[in-house]
Amino acid sequence: MQASPLSSTVLFQVGPVDITRPVVTTWAIMLVITAASWAVTRRLGSRPDRRQAALEAIVTGVLAQIGDVIRRDARPLLPLIGTLFIFLVTANLSGVLPGVEAPTSKIETPAALALIVFCAVHYFGVREKGPLGYLASFAQPKLVMLPLNIVSEITRTFSLMVRLFGNVMSGEFVIALVLGLAGLFVPIPLMALEILVGIVQAYIFTVLATVFIGAAVGDADKA
Amino acid sequence: MDAKLISIVFAAVAVSIGSIGPALAEGRSVAAAMDAIARQPEAAGTISRTLFVGLAMIETMAIYCLVIALMLLFANPYVG
Repeated sequence: MQASPLSSTVLFQVGPVDITRPVVTTWAIMLVITAASWAVTRRLGSRPDRRQAALEAIVTGVLAQIGDVIRRDARPLLPLIGTLFIFLVTANLSGVLPGVEAPTSKIETPAALALIVFCAVHYFGVREKGPLGYLASFAQPKLVMLPLNIVSEITRTFSLMVRLFGNVMSGEFVIALVLGLAGLFVPIPLMALEILVGIVQAYIFTVLATVFIGAAVGDADKA
Repeated sequence: MDAKLISIVFAAVAVSIGSIGPALAEGRSVAAAMDAIARQPEAAGTISRTLFVGLAMIETMAIYCLVIALMLLFANPYVG
């Protein structure tokens, strides 16, 4: 039988800190993404070859998507949102490789990512409206809404975390169960579904992060 | 009945009842989006992006139930 999906295996310890398996997988994914980005951006020219054309298609695609959602200049958000999307796609799809567990299927990685989004929302909000103006936006449209707005900040971060964790984890869990009950090649359709779910969840996480940041910086017309 | 049996039974009840509402809601929202795309095919991009975000919000309710069920099964504070 499968171990609990809420706990993760400790591989080794650095001082008092336990280094678990998802952390090591995340480091490997970071290495892979960094190496790939370095290799792809090494020689950029004004006449793009195939490698650079693919890179530019990804970057401008993400930029256009962010611009569609927040309806203003998307370039300040591009480093954060683009990195988030590429990391999430890689992390969700890494579970398909044999012997690798997707780090997003344990609760710590989605929690860390949701915390990053939580901080980024306030950072961009304060940068756009100033500290006092941003604090005042919590009392919109009426002062009565203040507690609700504060609660919704916390619950939406929580639901961002739980959504990613629940989708990826339940997919891996179902595959493990079917593998245990039915045999070797039976879960292949489920793994194909899991690829789709992984990409869709990465997309949803990034779009929601963009929507939250866009709501914090407010409309370009009103500002 | 001991606490372990009760936890297992109610984990199943949480998931089965908790998925009824999101299932109905997702069906309605996809039907409405199909209707909108059929009327206005040129707005399909915006509609499907909004649909995905909305489906994610609806699906969260089912996933809350799943997490509660998993906590009952694997991280239950009342079972030794």
